Formats: sequence, C-alpha cells, structure tokens
Amino acid sequence: MNLRRDVFQAIADPTRRAILLLVASQSMTAGAIAGNFDTARPTVSKHLQILIECELLKQEQNGREIYYHLNPQKMKEIADYIEPFRKMWDDRFNKLEEIMKKYKGKK
Amino acid sequence: MELKTKINAESGRQDLVITREFDLPVELLFKAYVEPEIVEQWMGTKVLKLENKRHGSWQFETKNPGGNVVFRANGVIHEFSPERRIIRTFEMEGAPFGVQLEFLDFEKLSDERSKLNIHVVYQSVAQRDQLLQLPFAQGLNMAHNRLQEIVGKLK
Repeated sequence: MNLRRDVFQAIADPTRRAILLLVASQSMTAGAIAGNFDTARPTVSKHLQILIECELLKQEQNGREIYYHLNPQKMKEIADYIEPFRKMWDDRFNKLEEIMKKYKGKK
Repeated sequence: MELKTKINAESGRQDLVITREFDLPVELLFKAYVEPEIVEQWMGTKVLKLENKRHGSWQFETKNPGGNVVFRANGVIHEFSPERRIIRTFEMEGAPFGVQLEFLDFEKLSDERSKLNIHVVYQSVAQRDQLLQLPFAQGLNMAHNRLQEIVGKLK
C-alpha cells in the first residue's frame, strides 16, 4: 500500500509525467532527458531518482552510458488500480442509459 | 478508444470526480436518480427509503440469495434541485470508510444528450484510496455474482 501510494505521488508531478512520456518511445540518457527541460540538471536527476525508486523507470548500462527506460509492468499496475472502480460506474451508467431509453420508448 | 465514464482521482487528494455523458435528455437522466424502482434496476440494490427533498434521507440495501444483508448504505439530502443538482451524504453501514459528501450536477447538453458530474469528497486521502480499491476486491465480485444469478435464471 505504501509503495503504491509512492507511485501515485510520483505521477502526480507534471515534470515526472513528462519524463515518463519522453522515455515511453525510446530509452534515453539522463543528459538527453534533461535537455528537454528548462529545469536544472540536478532537479531532473532528482525526478529520475524518484521514478527509479518507485520502479516506474529502469536503468540499463550501455557502454559508459546509463539509459533510462519505462517499466511497462509498473505502468500497467497504475492503470489497473482505478480501472475496476471506473468499470463499476461505467457498467452502472450503461445500465441506467439502457433502462431510460426503454422508459422513453414506453411513454 | 474514448471512455464513456471518466474518473479523475489525483493522488494525495481526498476527493475524486466521476463524469459521464448520456445519450438521454437531462429529464430522464435525473428521473433515473429519483424514481426508486428505476434506481433499484441500475444500482442493483433495494431502495428502502428515498426522500427526494432538502433534509430528506435515503437508505439502500442489498441481500444475497440467502437473504443475508451484504450491503446497506444511507445518507441525507442537502440540496434537491430538479434536473440540476443533488447534494447528499453517503455512508456504508458497518464499513470503516466514514461518510462521504457527494455533489451531483446534471447538465443539459442538447435536447437528447446530458452530462452527469459527481464530485465525491471523503474524510481522508487514505479512505478515498481504500474505497477506490474496493470494487477490485468486493464490488466486482458482487456484480459478477449478480450476473451469474441473472444468467442462471435465463438457463
């Protein structure tokens, strides 16, 4: 539960969400990621650290460089978290819509 | 794919917003919230009481096929503005989730379309997060059981 909440705190920050979007398409070095932001390099490093700690990002050594890439499994976990709640309401509302369309037809 | 029902639950907050557009005139959408026999159909619960007025109260109850109560909830109505707004509280009985405050806004989009916006405020961030997870464990199970029951009757 605690770890999970950390994940949600991690994605609550707009810069961290932007980082996740950036590395979603390709692995990138910290320098390349930082190049996309106006913020200072240490700030970006701190964001990367948080994303690593909650396992949203993974590091990979390639020669002398460290590349960052997305951990799809963890991302899926986030998507799944709210989905059953959303689905429950979606099912209810679909039913409501269906019932009221029939009701309308009856009148 | 466009999702019909959207949930906006920002992390670290003790509230969330549920939005949904309906292919229904706002009068019919609102009716689905006030007519007990219609509420029973789409919520899948029995309506014991539903006083649609300011300072009125409501109570829902669901029993399993064995006749045991598996869900009971109640609350009071703070505002009742036909086809526009309902403000009410919601409390699940015998559950540690506290009381939540719900703002339901009904909006006319066109003669045939409407939108419902539900803003739910919980007592704490932790309670909201627990309730968000509940359907995963319990609600879905119940819906599944109900579905099996209905399908069972069809056979």
